[in-house]
Amino acid sequence: MSAAAAPAPAAAPAPGRARRTAAAWGHRAAPVVLLVLLVAAWQAVVALAEVPPFLLPSPSAVAAEFAEFLPTIASAALITGTNALVGLVVGAVVAIAAAVLASAVRAVDLLLDPVVAGLAVVPIVALAPVLYTMYGASVETGRQIVVAVAVGVPVFVTTLRGLRQVRPVHRDLMRAYAATPRQAVRAVTIPTALPFVFTGLRLASSLAVISAIVAEYFGGPRSGIGSFITTAAAGSNYARAWAYVLGGVLVGLLFYGATSAVERWGTRGVRRG
Amino acid sequence: MTAPTAAGAAPGAPTATAAAVQVTGVGRVFPGEGGRSVTALEHVDLTVGAGEFVSLIGPSGCGKSTLLRLVADLDEPTSGSIAVFGRPAREARLGHDYGIAFQQAGLLPWRTVRANIELPLSLHGVGRGARRERADEMLALVGLTDFADHFPDQLSGGMQQRVAIARALAERPSLLLMDEPFGALDEMTRERLQSELVRICAETQAAVVFVTHSIPEAVFLSDRVVVMSARPGRIAGIVDVGLGRSGSRDDALREDEAYFAAVTAVREALHGGADGVPSRGVETR
Ligand SMILES: Nc1ncnc2c1ncn2[C@@H]1O[C@H](COP(=O)(O)OP(=O)(O)O)[C@@H](O)[C@H]1O
Ligand SMILES: [Mg+2]
Repeated sequence: MSAAAAPAPAAAPAPGRARRTAAAWGHRAAPVVLLVLLVAAWQAVVALAEVPPFLLPSPSAVAAEFAEFLPTIASAALITGTNALVGLVVGAVVAIAAAVLASAVRAVDLLLDPVVAGLAVVPIVALAPVLYTMYGASVETGRQIVVAVAVGVPVFVTTLRGLRQVRPVHRDLMRAYAATPRQAVRAVTIPTALPFVFTGLRLASSLAVISAIVAEYFGGPRSGIGSFITTAAAGSNYARAWAYVLGGVLVGLLFYGATSAVERWGTRGVRRG
Repeated sequence: MTAPTAAGAAPGAPTATAAAVQVTGVGRVFPGEGGRSVTALEHVDLTVGAGEFVSLIGPSGCGKSTLLRLVADLDEPTSGSIAVFGRPAREARLGHDYGIAFQQAGLLPWRTVRANIELPLSLHGVGRGARRERADEMLALVGLTDFADHFPDQLSGGMQQRVAIARALAERPSLLLMDEPFGALDEMTRERLQSELVRICAETQAAVVFVTHSIPEAVFLSDRVVVMSARPGRIAGIVDVGLGRSGSRDDALREDEAYFAAVTAVREALHGGADGVPSRGVETR
């Protein structure tokens, strides 16, 4: 029984795989079905109860506005999306570098700890008006900085946590085999930390779009999704405001999907952490 | 910093005449909080000959792991000295003189079985082809050839431990350090791996320092069993098992009279040492 005792997990029986594929489809389809049902219910409620448009416009009205203003929505989404992307990249790069430094140098860790705690509790979008006056109200820099700061906090925290997950037995192993610090970082530290970094990035991607939109509520150039939402709402074009919100949702989904894909690609070798 | 006994050998190289491990008057005191330090080891002297299989046994907390970590230069003694093949433990570690396996297999979960076994080789700059060839040999040795491309989480605990042993042996070390490598396994798997280890040691001729808390395991595997006592950790006695060289051991030995005599001797050394008070399983904090 010596050889037979060893389980062979690789040989998954075919029916199991079929069931899993079906389950995966159900997994994907369920939220779509739910969404369709919700929109249908929304349409029914608005039509049957004759809800006034300023309370809640019907989905069909929103869809009509969305189609009519598609070019404007698209260009606004492009500007907001660019702000979110620039902020996300800059914020993530700075945060990851800071986390690497903090994990390596104790003094840096002690120094950054209260700073990050402070940044975590400050409502960063509230800084937007200050930044607009600093950088001039006609450029997008202020918004990108808001995004970068908002994004930096979760990326820093998750990266630093990831860098500290190295198991003692792996550390011993690296020392026992006289690995250089560089080798140890490549063989153990980075693969251990990567899943954490990617989780941080995925959380940050949604935060980036939200911050970019909300920052536009506080002034600055009338260019992005957020600015048009406020303008449409102020002009009592409620269905149009919702159409812009829908544009923002799409940008958010795009960011989330893209970072999820990057996460899957980046952790394909380390998925078993 | 050449070994004084190495007359004709290259500087810093392990000498053929030197013992595999030479522990001389070693103590290790861990500084505790509020001045309550822990003396993990005190006045330990031990010699492990080349090719010899020595087990360390004793109640938990008696300093077995600490002693093994000192030999591996994962920790440093507060007194005394340790030589591995005639040179200081640190030089031996930097010279890749030993292979090591822990109670936790400690495989890298993001590497395949093959890549895990190749780890020490790739860290030390062995070329791709040679690495692959050596990994194939090791996979055959531990009977995991069919699992080369699996990931550790697809293996049972016993198989993971076999990978860890293959990794420890990958560089053909003349010294193997093992800290309760079978501690977390069920009895069946344990006995099978013990027999495999006996066979592997006969093939590789490596000296082994093997930490365990199982008397039958220690007796079955070892040429000598070092019995330790706790608080402070010391060597309470050494039992010469003398059941013949590793190669001739098989499962029939487990029912042999000499085997039972050795088990009894180790048990008496374990319990006789500390005023008849059994300290087994007592954690010292
Ligand atoms: N890193 C450490 N710091 C403080 N005390 C330690 C450390 N490692 C071991 N000890 C103490 O040293 C003693 C021996 O531990 P150990 O060598 O792990 O025992 P064993 O392996 O025989 O069970 C114990 O009392 C343990 O608490
Ligand atoms: Mg131990």
